[in-house]
Amino acid sequence: MISFHQVRKSIGDVEIIKGLDLHIREGELFVLIGPSGCGKTTTLKMINRLIEPDSGKIEINGEDISRINPVELRRNIGYVIQQIALFPHMTVGQNVALVPRLKKMDAARCEKRVDELLDMVGLDPRVYKNRYPAELSGGQQQRVGVIRAMAADPPIILMDEPFSALDPISREQLQDDFLHLQKHIRKTIVFVTHDMDEAIKLADRICILKDGEIVQLDTPERLLQCPVDEFVANFIGAKRLRRAQEKLASGSAFSGTAGKKTVTIPRWSISASERGGKHG
Amino acid sequence: MDDFLQFLTERQDQILTLLWEHGCISFLAVAAGFLTAVPLGILLTRTKKINRFLIGAVNILQTIPSLALLGFMIPLLGIGAVPAVAALFLYSLMPLLSNTYTGIREVDPALIEAARGMGMTSMQILWKVELPLALSVIMGGFRTATIYTISWATLAALIGGGGLGYLVFTGLAVANENMLIAGALATAMLAAIADFGLRKLQTACTPKGLRSKRAN
Repeated sequence: MISFHQVRKSIGDVEIIKGLDLHIREGELFVLIGPSGCGKTTTLKMINRLIEPDSGKIEINGEDISRINPVELRRNIGYVIQQIALFPHMTVGQNVALVPRLKKMDAARCEKRVDELLDMVGLDPRVYKNRYPAELSGGQQQRVGVIRAMAADPPIILMDEPFSALDPISREQLQDDFLHLQKHIRKTIVFVTHDMDEAIKLADRICILKDGEIVQLDTPERLLQCPVDEFVANFIGAKRLRRAQEKLASGSAFSGTAGKKTVTIPRWSISASERGGKHG
Repeated sequence: MDDFLQFLTERQDQILTLLWEHGCISFLAVAAGFLTAVPLGILLTRTKKINRFLIGAVNILQTIPSLALLGFMIPLLGIGAVPAVAALFLYSLMPLLSNTYTGIREVDPALIEAARGMGMTSMQILWKVELPLALSVIMGGFRTATIYTISWATLAALIGGGGLGYLVFTGLAVANENMLIAGALATAMLAAIADFGLRKLQTACTPKGLRSKRAN
């Protein structure tokens, strides 16, 4: 669906992305994670051309995106950011209808679509459609942020730390609801986060980046079972690794694929736990 | 006091004519300033290189003493209402330009990025996001510019531009206190009324979703 071929990007003298090769499959929830400055947001923003790569090629369904008009491209890719960024001078309904209106969808259909989407995330259209963003809680605002990105039914949605500005309770709730939503809509979602718990909870596959390079790209289960090196083990955190191990040992394996395979956790990850471990 | 009231009734027609002239001079200057400074201010937010230079230049204009500026206008445009309007126009630029520039620059960058990421063109971002959000700040500049212009417009009388300044300066010259006070009061009242009206307009221009948060 989305492929990166030897993509490089520098800002000034610093190379932020060092020859990235990546393939994101259709309908998967793909999480980019890594320490700050690892290039995860840059990678994301190259997909909708908010940032242009210096070299290499990015393709969506085999089409080189540098040949697509950026405005056209962006209208077909949903975009959710950490700051939520609902337009404060527009009502909730107007915010959600924005991209469909830009794409010249007629008013009546827009209206219907807005109601449908608000219902989908549990906000009664009769109550919320004509409110202004300032009248909503943070969690409600980001629900609107998410459905705004879905409004024109784009096949791809980019999410840049969408839940990290929320309080833990609304974050948890939104993650659950979002996961539930994704089960139905099956969009291709590229999701940036720095929160390992969030990544493990949501991802179909997790891509750990460090200094502009992929360190490991795997399913959450595989990542927890065999981190490729000490960096990944540290990044995942000893506690999570141990929890994963215990879960396997007690037979309550992760969702199917892990089965009852015996898993060896490399010694350095244990030593990391004794040092207290580091959490992403 | 009786003297003053008597003066007012005797000169009623003249005072009203001068008030009208004063209003016209001020309005023309500010309207021209608005039509020039707002597009210029928008342009400045797009081109980062010249903005410091231009805002500096307009700032310098502002520091020229108003009498001197009027004096400069005489060899250029002669005397009368035209040079007066031209000078006042130059003065009105600064508050309008800086408020337009600041108003647009202060729009949350996250909103601009979201708008770009959603596929709005730069024109759509300007009209649908930046201008609506900056409008109340721009109107604030319009209000400031109008009030300044109304008070400075008294000086127009010095170069034969008419307006309430005629009463002020003639009153000074012939030591007629009533005349002086009548001119000054009328100017102040005109400014106060303009301020009141424009404050209402500014509130009307503040987007609904922001009204509870922004009071100025």
